[in-house]
Amino acid sequence: MTVKKLAEKYSFEVLSMPEPEKEINGGYIGDLLSWVMGRAEASNIWLTIMTNMNIAAVAQLSDVSAVLICEGARPDSDVISTAKEKGVNILLSADTAYNTAVRISSDI
Amino acid sequence: MSESLNFHFDVDGENFVSAGQASVQVKKNLRRLGLPPEIIRQVSIALYEGEINMVIHAHGGTADINVFEDKIEIILADKGPGIADINLAMQEGYSTATENVRSLGFGAGMGLPNMKRYTDEMKIESEVGVGTTITMCVYLK
Repeated sequence: MTVKKLAEKYSFEVLSMPEPEKEINGGYIGDLLSWVMGRAEASNIWLTIMTNMNIAAVAQLSDVSAVLICEGARPDSDVISTAKEKGVNILLSADTAYNTAVRISSDI
Repeated sequence: MSESLNFHFDVDGENFVSAGQASVQVKKNLRRLGLPPEIIRQVSIALYEGEINMVIHAHGGTADINVFEDKIEIILADKGPGIADINLAMQEGYSTATENVRSLGFGAGMGLPNMKRYTDEMKIESEVGVGTTITMCVYLK
């Protein structure tokens, strides 16, 4: 499923979507950035509660299809503008990372 | 050996938020060269971990990326405190990062292990009080 379709189907708030047609294959949940870089695979969707600026670089370098920020956490506007510049998709879920992952699992 | 394509970066040791500029630029450059995505991903992540390490521990340093016909070489050099026990530093989960760094999601003790994970060769030369030079290679064939 593409990032755009996932966001629509589950009504995730879209903060940044410069690459709507990116395909999602699997997911990874984590907040420690080196674990994400070590374990997430290209095209995964990355579920996290981290909202600082470094998530944009980590997402870009790791080739994840999108960052899905859970628990209603919300990054600052400069993180969002950087993500747009870097071609990084960022979605928001008000639910926990676990519940969000369970909900979307059959579609990724 | 054939000539290589070289990229040089000064890594700013004071700026945590913008850390990763070298990695992002190298990723762009390697894409332009038409290299395979997985190779670019390996080089980008290894370089980013190195950049972060230099910001966290060494007040910055330099990053040199040399693209050869058969491999990409990454050389990270700093004049930081040096690594007292390299074997210990290579263990997953071992970290000397501060709480502040950890609160940003770094300092999990996975930086050096990730650099090893994503490269085919890695050599660490370090002297306490003098600095550290890390040389990594990713093979293209």
